[in-house]
Amino acid sequence: MSREGVISKISGPVIQAKKMRGSHMGDVVKVGKEKLIGEIIRLNEDNATIQVYEETTGIMPGEPVLDTGTPLSVELGPGLLKSIYDGIQRPLPLIMHKTGDFVSRGVDIPALDRKRKWSFDPLIKSGTKVEGGDIIGELEETTLVTHRVMIPPNLRGTLSWIAKKGDYTIEEPIAKVGSDGKSEVVTMLQKWPVRKERPFFKKLDPTIPLLTGQRVFDTFFPLARGGAAAIPGGFGTGKTVSEHQLAKWSDAKIVVYIGCGERGNEMTDVLKEFPALKDPETGESLMNRTILIANTSNMPVAAREASIYTGITLAEYYRDMGYDVAVMADSTSRWAEALREISGRLEEMPGEEGYPAYLGSRLAEFYERAGRIKTIGKGSREGSISIVGAVSPPGGDFSEPVTQNTLRIVKVFWALDTDLADRRHFPSVNWLRSYSLYLDEVRSFREKGIGKDWYALRREGTKLLEKEAELQEIVRLVGPDALMPKDRIVLEGARMIREDFLQQSAFHLVDTYCPESKQYELLRIILDFYAFMKKAVEKGIRVEELLESKSKEQIARLKTVPNEEFEERFKEVRERIKAEEKKLGAG
Amino acid sequence: MEKQQEYSLVTEVSGPLMVIQGVKGVAYNEVVRIKTTRGEERIGQVLEVSEDRAVVEVFEGTKGLDTKLTSVRFTGKPLTIGVSEELLGRVFDGVGNPIDDAPPIIPKETRDIEGRPINPFARAYPTDFIETGISSLDGLNTLVRGQKLPIFSGAGLPHNELAAQIARQAKVKGETEKFGVVFCAMGITREEANFFVRDFERTGALERTVLFLNLADDPAIERIIAPKIALTSAEYLAFDRGMHVLVILTDMTNYAEAMREIAAAREEVPGRRGYPGYMYTNLATIYERAGRIEKKKGSITQMPILSMPDDDITHPIPDLTGYITEGQIVLSRSLDHRGIYPPIDVLPCLSRLMAKGIGEGKTRKEHAALSDQLYAAYAEGRDLRDLVAIVGEEALTDRDKKYLKFADEFEAKFIAQRKDENRSIEETLSIGWSLLGLLPRSELKKVEEEDIKRYLKDAEKK
Repeated sequence: MSREGVISKISGPVIQAKKMRGSHMGDVVKVGKEKLIGEIIRLNEDNATIQVYEETTGIMPGEPVLDTGTPLSVELGPGLLKSIYDGIQRPLPLIMHKTGDFVSRGVDIPALDRKRKWSFDPLIKSGTKVEGGDIIGELEETTLVTHRVMIPPNLRGTLSWIAKKGDYTIEEPIAKVGSDGKSEVVTMLQKWPVRKERPFFKKLDPTIPLLTGQRVFDTFFPLARGGAAAIPGGFGTGKTVSEHQLAKWSDAKIVVYIGCGERGNEMTDVLKEFPALKDPETGESLMNRTILIANTSNMPVAAREASIYTGITLAEYYRDMGYDVAVMADSTSRWAEALREISGRLEEMPGEEGYPAYLGSRLAEFYERAGRIKTIGKGSREGSISIVGAVSPPGGDFSEPVTQNTLRIVKVFWALDTDLADRRHFPSVNWLRSYSLYLDEVRSFREKGIGKDWYALRREGTKLLEKEAELQEIVRLVGPDALMPKDRIVLEGARMIREDFLQQSAFHLVDTYCPESKQYELLRIILDFYAFMKKAVEKGIRVEELLESKSKEQIARLKTVPNEEFEERFKEVRERIKAEEKKLGAG
Repeated sequence: MEKQQEYSLVTEVSGPLMVIQGVKGVAYNEVVRIKTTRGEERIGQVLEVSEDRAVVEVFEGTKGLDTKLTSVRFTGKPLTIGVSEELLGRVFDGVGNPIDDAPPIIPKETRDIEGRPINPFARAYPTDFIETGISSLDGLNTLVRGQKLPIFSGAGLPHNELAAQIARQAKVKGETEKFGVVFCAMGITREEANFFVRDFERTGALERTVLFLNLADDPAIERIIAPKIALTSAEYLAFDRGMHVLVILTDMTNYAEAMREIAAAREEVPGRRGYPGYMYTNLATIYERAGRIEKKKGSITQMPILSMPDDDITHPIPDLTGYITEGQIVLSRSLDHRGIYPPIDVLPCLSRLMAKGIGEGKTRKEHAALSDQLYAAYAEGRDLRDLVAIVGEEALTDRDKKYLKFADEFEAKFIAQRKDENRSIEETLSIGWSLLGLLPRSELKKVEEEDIKRYLKDAEKK
């Protein structure tokens, strides 16, 4: 059913229309002669306020507004992977073919290819009772991912017919479900409103670490599958590089990368780089598991607001198949600003720093869609969504509303530090401010999998860094010469942890990804060396002599040792430390 | 086709805005021609429109307008500018009228100055190293073709000299083709503008330069459109005519101030320090108009200059700019006081596109590692300088003293150079290596051993 109203006022991305009585909040509307896409965000008697997802230049009062009667939804089905969409799921490559190198408005292109055939393989027989979430068949979506075709969440009944193994488009019927004498056709194409969470059976505790290949994250401040992390930092502190690193190397099955109000060239970088990168496990191209959503800073602001919902809904679809999904949102601050801009145009009462009073609850709603869950449907699969949200606080000041509201929800805080970035300590994660509340949860998992002393080593490392911070206060007053040898050793040990362990180059061929066993061994060897230095100074050996140690220099180069041969090289270095111990008589 | 109705129902004039009642068929963002009682013509643009009321921002200022006889004509078109290759070598005012006594250009096309966002899928990633001949840029914060890299400066610092030097020296290695320059002045003084014009004249660059000048005594409101006009012509030259264009926008602070003025006049909810909440998005529509497009020859490289109020890098203008641009070049008052030109404080500087623009086949294989090592060493030296101020140099270890010396030499030899000195990338890298020679070998952990053997020896010989 469609209803037609008339535009009465235009102010940037927000317009008003009259004769809209009977429309629903959240309905998608087509605005003006060019049929721009918009969404109803306020109703007042006969009038509707609409946010428009496209540029509104040239639109006049008096032009029509067409209510489609459906909420903003995304298309779900095979073909999502490897795609790049704008904030409201329009495929950017097709927009380019249609309108050229610059994005035009009023383009109506479906998100999923209607012509492409997928080879569907049925998994159950007709006559079976089915309900929402049941898997009825599967197909190979990419070489990395098997797409599981599910019964839509709110459908149940008896499968009266299922298609034979063969090639079908997403619109062709593949099954029929009957209940109460009615029969419904199931296709591979399904739709779901973006602002509504997809149903699941129950939430589980996040206890399995999400490995990222980044030492400071995995070893110091781990994220669990189904958890949420915030990564705030001023400009130039490496938020985007970190998000890229996580998208590349995290061991999720599916990655949804949302470029929300950020730079165009960064999206291009992902587009050009990911197809060439190989998954460390399977050797397949990383693009095969990735969905990109790009609503750059100069694209319409209302679509930016929608982009994170679009992204998380796609993630939930794959979660429901029983996969681990990682969502990168860069940057949630730009999303919040879009919210603020729309709110300003609605002349709502502003809260802190002009943000609307509901900023906190909207953020919470978004992050709550993360989690490790048991899915609905038979066979109860487990799936998860982990969210990593970048935050861009103005002036790098974490006391601002977006950072603060985010910290109230997320359990992992990776605080990026301008000072560290200035001295090119990357990733510039401040080890004194950051935290992870999943540490206890993942501890037993790591201690079983990687080494009994995993937690103890980590603790020793952080202790050393804390001690360093204290000592530096003293150095600032009296100079390094005044320190006792045992304290100077602390400084040296902490420096090794900072430079040889925490610093990790995203652009180095080897160092960009560090397997967890190598992380563990690297930290262990550094702490062993520290123990050796401590013992040596206790026996009266001069600090200078230790600083010239050849094995110390070698430890510094261990992180770039190719991952295949690191065990051997680590062994060599260990032997050299032993030899030095003997030579200095500290053994 | 222009609409012909004229209205004379101006009901309100306030700041740069004007409200007109009783209008019909007015489109959002369309251009308005205004005739004052004295017969002067001005242009404006519709900011908000409802059924019979339009809010218009007036570009040449609202002085002299009245609520009785001022008449208004709606053109039905967004703000456009005529473009053709004839733009090159010409001088225009902030709204695109020629001010060099030559006849108006004959446009090949008329374009909407707002432009349209480049489809991220159509972009080509910028990777062509631009040699600027300035060590602190080439060596540590490499500029690439299609990048937007602003200069964060302060009142009284030599940002103009630096920008002119870059415009003069910039070239892509192995290519002879020079950059075309689109220069857009927003609220700078006549004297500053003349400095650039003279420099372009002297070096013969004027004939491949387009100038748009909105000077300090021109209406502030025009500053809102001057950069859009400049970028529209740059896009034409780059993506239709295949030129590599360097766009210099100065001073972006004045642009943001003009934006704040309009927002205040509209009684909008102010964001940080009175700037409107949409300033990020608005600045992005300027800065994001840099880049390269797949299968197109030309490119737009942007170098906006902005003066940080009170040298404060956390002020909303530099802050939001830094979040959009691909890095920043920061000038330092303390280096300037010590007579170091260019006074680039490399620590807060960054070029985000550097990684893929350098290395083997572009500059040299060890470039990235060398840059990291220089950065780390200089940062350490700077820390120690602060320490020495408190505890004295005697309290330092030998190792620390070496770092201290390194920091001094680094500023004197690497950062400092003459205003006409055009260093090749090889020279820049070899100065870097010779400075590393001041440090103990065991400290050089970021560079590869084989490179130490090869280049450090070379540098030491010299």
